Formats: sequence, C-alpha cells, structure tokens
Amino acid sequence: MITKEERAKYDVVVGLEVHAQLMTESKIFSGDGNAFGSQPNTNISTISLGHPGVMPKLNKKAVELAIRMGLACNCKITRFGYFDRKNYFYPDLPKGYQMTQDKTPICVGGYVPIQGVKSQDKVTLNRIHLEEDAGKSIHVDGQPDSLIDLNRAGVPLIEIVTEPEIFSSEAAGAFLTEVRRLVRYLNVCDGNMEEGSLRCDANVSVKLKGETKLGKKVEVKNMNSIKNVMKAIDHEVQRQIHLLEKGESIVSETRTFNPDTGRTSGMRTKEELNDYRYFPEPDLSPLQVSDEWLEDIRSNMPELPSEMKERFKEQYGLNEYDASSMTDQRDLAYFFDAICGITGNYKKAANWLMGPIKSYINEHDMTFSNFPIQPAALASIIALIDEGKISYTAASQQLLPYLFENPLEDAADAAHKLNIWQESDSGSIQSIVDEILASNEDKVKQYRNGKKGLIGMFMGELMKKSKGKVDPQMANKLLRESLDAQ
Amino acid sequence: MQANSSFHQLKAGLDEGKFTCVDIVNHYLKNIHQKNDELNAFLTIYEQEALDRAAEIDTKIANKSAGKLAGLVVGLKDVLCYQDHPLNCGSKILDDFHSQFSATCVERLLAEDAIIIGRNNCDEFAMGSSCENSAFGPVKNADNTSRVPGGSSGGSAVAVQSDMCTISLGTDTGGSVRQPASFCNVIGLKPTYSRISRHGLAAYASTFDTIGIFSNSIEDAALILETIAGEDEHDSTVSTEKVPEFSRMLAFDGKVKVAYLKETLESPALNEEVKEAVVSIGEKLKAEGHQVDEVSFPLMEYALPTYYILTTAEASSNLSRYDGVKYGFRIDKPRNLESMYKKTRTQGFGHEVFRRIMLGTFVLSASYHDAYYIKAQKVRRLIKNQLEELFKEYDFVLLPTAPSTAFELGAKTSDPMEMYLADLFTVQASVAGAPAISIPIAKDSDGMSIGLQVMTKVFAEDKLLAFSKYLLEAK
Repeated sequence: MITKEERAKYDVVVGLEVHAQLMTESKIFSGDGNAFGSQPNTNISTISLGHPGVMPKLNKKAVELAIRMGLACNCKITRFGYFDRKNYFYPDLPKGYQMTQDKTPICVGGYVPIQGVKSQDKVTLNRIHLEEDAGKSIHVDGQPDSLIDLNRAGVPLIEIVTEPEIFSSEAAGAFLTEVRRLVRYLNVCDGNMEEGSLRCDANVSVKLKGETKLGKKVEVKNMNSIKNVMKAIDHEVQRQIHLLEKGESIVSETRTFNPDTGRTSGMRTKEELNDYRYFPEPDLSPLQVSDEWLEDIRSNMPELPSEMKERFKEQYGLNEYDASSMTDQRDLAYFFDAICGITGNYKKAANWLMGPIKSYINEHDMTFSNFPIQPAALASIIALIDEGKISYTAASQQLLPYLFENPLEDAADAAHKLNIWQESDSGSIQSIVDEILASNEDKVKQYRNGKKGLIGMFMGELMKKSKGKVDPQMANKLLRESLDAQ
Repeated sequence: MQANSSFHQLKAGLDEGKFTCVDIVNHYLKNIHQKNDELNAFLTIYEQEALDRAAEIDTKIANKSAGKLAGLVVGLKDVLCYQDHPLNCGSKILDDFHSQFSATCVERLLAEDAIIIGRNNCDEFAMGSSCENSAFGPVKNADNTSRVPGGSSGGSAVAVQSDMCTISLGTDTGGSVRQPASFCNVIGLKPTYSRISRHGLAAYASTFDTIGIFSNSIEDAALILETIAGEDEHDSTVSTEKVPEFSRMLAFDGKVKVAYLKETLESPALNEEVKEAVVSIGEKLKAEGHQVDEVSFPLMEYALPTYYILTTAEASSNLSRYDGVKYGFRIDKPRNLESMYKKTRTQGFGHEVFRRIMLGTFVLSASYHDAYYIKAQKVRRLIKNQLEELFKEYDFVLLPTAPSTAFELGAKTSDPMEMYLADLFTVQASVAGAPAISIPIAKDSDGMSIGLQVMTKVFAEDKLLAFSKYLLEAK
C-alpha cells in the first residue's frame, strides 16, 4: 500500500463511458420487443439474428431519447449524421459488426453539473452517441459450450462519454448519481445498474502533480453500482501509484473489477489491439434532425430536476434544503408534487416524505415507484392532523403502517378502526381535566404556588386517562386555563 | 408456344386462349428437364409449386381477377430471399438455410401473380465474372457449353437464354447482370442504384448492389422494373424518386446526343470484333441524324480499382455474419471459439470470397484505411461528378458491355486479375450508381453474342429503355 505522502504527489484523471439502455418499446433497428427479463431468445427476429437480406430500420423514439439527454446535458445536437459499422467477431454480435455513431455522434460536447464535491462542480462531456447493444454470452462453469441469448442484441443504447476531466472517485460518483437522476427524470433509461441497464466503464490514470501530459490509462470494466465504480477507481489509483513508486510503468490494458475483493485484475483474454475497421453504415439512410423535430422534442421534454427544484421553491415555498430533498429522486418528486396538488400544507407534506415515509421505504427496501399509498391518502392524513382529528404520533406510528397493508382504505375510516380518532370536543376534555384537578389537590396547590413544571405531570395524567385520544393542543390549553383560574 | 417468348407474346396467347399458365409452366419445365443437367442454371426447381400456382392463376384469369403479371414465369438468383425456400448464395456456408421472409422485389412480383419457377445458380455471394465460383458447380453458356455464361448472375442469364423462364432477376454490383446478358444474348438491365429495395437481397457490397432484370424484350424489362421499384418500408435507402410507368414510355422520337468513350474503344483489352460491332452502331446512329461524338473520360482507368477497393471493404463486413453461430454451416466439434470461426469460414467460403474478404479487411484496417478506403471514396465522388458533367452534354453513353464475348470455361480461373478485367466497362456505371443496360447487337465469328452497353444519367430509365428499344429495332 502507498503512503499518504506518495498519494499526495499524484493527480488522478478519470474519464467515464456510461452506457444507458433506452426505454423504448422496440429495438433500435427492428420491431422486436425491448424488455428485460424475457425468456432467452424470445425478443428476436430475422433482423436481430442478422439473417441474409435483412435491412435495419431506425427507431425514431431512440433518437428522440438520445436528443432529450443531449439537451439536458447542454450538448450540441448533430443535425445531419450517419451510423458507422464497428467490426469485430463475437458470438453475441449476430452481424459481426455493431452499428454505432463513430464520426457523427448525435450529441456533441456539453456538461453535467455535479453536487457535493469540493474540487469540481461539473463534468465536461465529449459526446453522447447512439448504438445497438450486443446479446449476452452465458458461460456456465464446467460446461464446454457457451449459451447465447440475443434478446439484448439490438437494444438501443446511448453512450455518454466524458472528457478525461474527472479528478477524484467522489466526482465520478457524483457524476454518475446525477446522470442516473437525469435519465430517470427524462424517462430515457430506468437507471438500474444491477440489471445492467446503466453501465459504466472507467478510464483511470495518474500523473505527477504539475505534469501536463496524461499518464497511461487503464480501462476498468464490470462495476455494477456507483459505489463499486468509486471503489474501482480508488483501487486502481492505489495500484498505479504503487507501481510508479516502485519504478515500474503502467500497462495500457483493460482490467475487470471484482466486487468481492474490491480489486481490479487484468482481463484473461489476450489484449490485442482491436482494429474495428469503422466505415459508414451503408444500409441506413443518413439521419437528419429537422428544426421541427428538434423543437418537438424540446417542447415535450419532461421537467428536469433543476427545473422542478426551482418550481418547488417558488410554487410551494420550500427552502433550498427541502426543495433539494424533494427532487433528489424522480419518483419522490412526482409523488410530492401530486400531494401538493391536493393539500395546501406543503411543508408538512415534505416533512412526511422525508420523515416517516422515507424511513418506512428504507426499512422495507422499497422505492417510490412501487410505493403503495396514493398521494391523496397522504394528503388526507395531513388534513386530519391539521384538523386535530388524529395526532401526528398516532398517524405515523399506527395509521401509516396500517395503510401500507391496506392502501385502498380511507384514512379517516382507518383512524376510526384503529381507535386513534381523538377527542377535540372541549366539553368532554374539560370533564377529564376537572376530574384530574379534583383528585390531585396538593399538586394543584404546588402549581399555583409557582411550581409550573408540574404541567407535564398533569398532561401525562390526562393522556393516560383519555388513552391518548385527546388533541394535545386543546388539552394543554384547557389544562392551563383551569390551573391558572384561581 | 414460341421459344424465348416475351411476356407480351405470352399474354397475347393467354388472352386469345391459345394456352394456359399451366401450359406455359410445363413448357419451361420441359426445357429445364432437358437442359439443366448440363447448363446448371437452376439449383432448385419449384416444379409442383409452380404448377399449382399456375392452375390457381388460370382460375383467376377466368374470373378476371388476375394481376398484371399473370402468366409470367420467373427465375430468382440465389441471393434473393423467397420465404420458406432455400437460400445458399452459391455458397457452402449457408448449408440448409431457408429464408424466413421474401425480398420486397419477390413480394411485388407475387402480388401481381408472377410464378417463381426456381432458384438460379450464381457465383458465390455474387463475386465473379464467369459463374465458375459457385459451390454448386459452374454454369454453362447455352450457345456453346464450353463457354462461360458470364457472372455473377450467370444462372439467371442462361435461364432466359435457354427458355427456362420468361424473365429472371439477378443482381448487379459491378456488372453482374449486364456482362452475363452480353455473353448470353439476352437483355440485362441494371437500374439506378437505390431504385429497387435491397430488402431480401443478401448483401455483397451494399452501396453498389442493385437488383437487375434479364429479359427477351425491352417491354418486359420496363414492366418488371415499374412493378418492383420504389419506396419500401423495409429499406430506408431506397430512393423516393417517383416510379413512372416505364412500359408506357417506350416510344422514341427525335434526335439524341450520344457519346463514345475514347478510353474504352482504345483499351488494349478490347476485342476487335466487339469494337467493330459497337462502332457500327454509332455509324448507323450518325446516318440517322443523331449526334455521335467520341469523348474522353480521363478517370476511366480508376473505375476498376475504386470498385474493387470499396466493394471488398463492404463485403468483408457484410459477410461477417456467416460465422457458424446462428445458422448455416458449422464445423464439427470445434476446439474453441476461435477455431470454430476460422475453420467454419475457411471451409465454408470459396477462394474468391476468401480473397475479397481479405482484401476488404486490409483496405479498412487502421494503417491502410486512409490510403485505400478513403481515397477510393474520393475517387468515387470524382467519377460520379465527371459522369454527371458528361450527361449534361450527352443523352447517352455507348460502350461495349464486356471487352470480349463469352470465353472458355477455365480460361481465366487461374488469374484473378485477368478475370477482374471482364468488369472493366461495367464498373463505371456501378461506381456512379447510374442506370445501364446491355442489349445484344451482334454475334462474333464464333457465333457468340456481343452486347452493347447503354448508360444514362440517374433515374432516367424511361429514356434508357425507349432508346434501347429503338436501337434493337434499328440494328
């Protein structure tokens, strides 16, 4: 391992290549379905299989999603372009070439702002291009044959390529977090790294501080979470500095990350320089993006997280912190927005989502997308509390868990059923107050002599007697009035 | 039924009730049975299917519900897909492959009640100029069976030549319809690139591949072209240019300006008898008051190298899919993935295909990409531009289809460069994407056919066909 001093001598330079599978109904060049988890080799046709005589047909929706992402990342949109063939042999690549955009990526340049990293506040992009995914090769240990599943062959991808201008694993993590948030907000990709719909390769190099020339880069693959990308970069930085400090040099190679050990290792396949023999795809007409089409895509863009945050501040009066929290995840933001369409108590809605609901979701390993309770139900809980019909404690500890199990039940009905509907009728509370005062004459005297702290004891008695079903504010008010009335 | 009838003649016979579609199919089947063993023009004959379909269409004719091609019998080159029928591309590598869909051109013929009678032999993956590169044996010229029929669509040419079908569809990438037409004494039309959908055409070189038509008459070529050309939802590269009714535009009138290319007539490769035949057509035209000039096309010598660099580059990629993984031939018990690829492809492909894949891989490789592929792309543009300029001045260019008439089988198989010269005069139109046609104008002293090639500007097939008809009638 390297020492702190050794580490401090070097700068880290990272470039990321992020592949995102686009959420289209069909594949990029055929009408075959695009769904994760289907039986192997069911989403295929003569086009996906590369039969002789087939011709590709470009899926417009895939182009639109790529442009959407490009607009969100401040890229320049290429108005006239074409696809290229990237030639190589692999059993899960049916045509023996991948159709991609080498020379004319659909989006050029741009940047993604990142948060929470001191050293940089944005990551510059080189490009975003469209391409088709390959199928999957399945190697079963001990089996001589490999299995091929071509369901994924031809699934539309965008590849987001950054400039080598990410200077720490934290910045890489923040960038990926933001990219994932963007693709989800834009309905471009589901952002699921574990299922592989969002994938990331990292090009990592180190150089002595002050050195302008980039060091030799190592490409690291096979990281299925943002955390693992960060770990892989950290490990790779350590490994490279260690080698350099020993006087050895870095080999430009592709390495694979092992999540179990947290280490990278050289890929077993011999690392030949692959010559992809790119040339323009002759089976597709050039891709032209007209003014009208671009305008149409722009005007149908879903709200960006930054836009939504500003709107929440303005429309619902949220402070910076609350507005950030509410737009942290797409599904949460839409849920919050929906509640606010019903309730007028925006602040409380935010508190509920950040408090009891978030803890419940975390405990139960859920997400807002499969959250069972409807925004309207939550709005009515907030209303019931505001009206003093139920207490916050009873609502969060009893009503909420109950509604998770019975999401279709009316909140007020459920409160009655749970017996947490509280007395707010001043007459009936007053009688309990009178009762308590009568049976605690000495304490009443002490209070009236100045021992005001006893109010807590009286409150406790009151709650006990009423089994917690009184509106605490009302009870407190009546109690004080009776005690203070000499 | 007369031998080598055009569809127009057949249609007249059908209309007059002289014979039926079943009679027509039987007529062709008889010829196929008699001659195909020797000529090897058909790889598969869809005998019963064709007879059944003919009977159905006879009923349709009786009901007056038949399509406009009722009675037309077609042969398909073995690179065109026909649903549930075998497709080999003249190669061993596809093994027992059957197409799961039909090419757009086939669909359109069937929709008009054409009858497909069989699958025509050809050079493997349409690579060749003599039809000696088929994995299923060479095709022989019906006019002299010691001679080649030309290639690559040799089987399709011979099928029409020897009266085995009314018309046939071939593909022309660098001359593969025109050159065999010239050798086999039939008409061979290569329309403008992108006129006809390539959907269902097993690709050799995608930016050149053009479906072409063999026929006994210009009328037939025009009728088939207007039926199969035009936009297709399966192929985004098809031209949106309007497809006129070519068969109604065959009247030729007035005076035209025609150019000879100096470089072709002065080519050392050009056979003297062929040259004379071409020149004599020019003389006749002059005599009839047309303007005929000899002009220079300085880029002519670059057409063939440009063609071979670009087509092999595209072929090396297009043929990557034949890898033994998904369909077709795969060697038994490969040791590992790499040996499966290598042995499958080495055993599955023939020598010429092998050679072109190697050439194409070379010209696209990182170190030579700019020197060959990019350079050839630039030259292609220059040739296109120069031809466009020429057609601003002239209506048509006349040139020999091939430097010679049909040569002896085996005469050029040992020297690929010699064989490539057979395309010397046809690649120009292919590189430029221009329409061109070969029409039989004479016979040499051995009785072998001499073809005249007429070329014009892109999408002017109407004028090309009308002028060709005039030339044929005048000759």
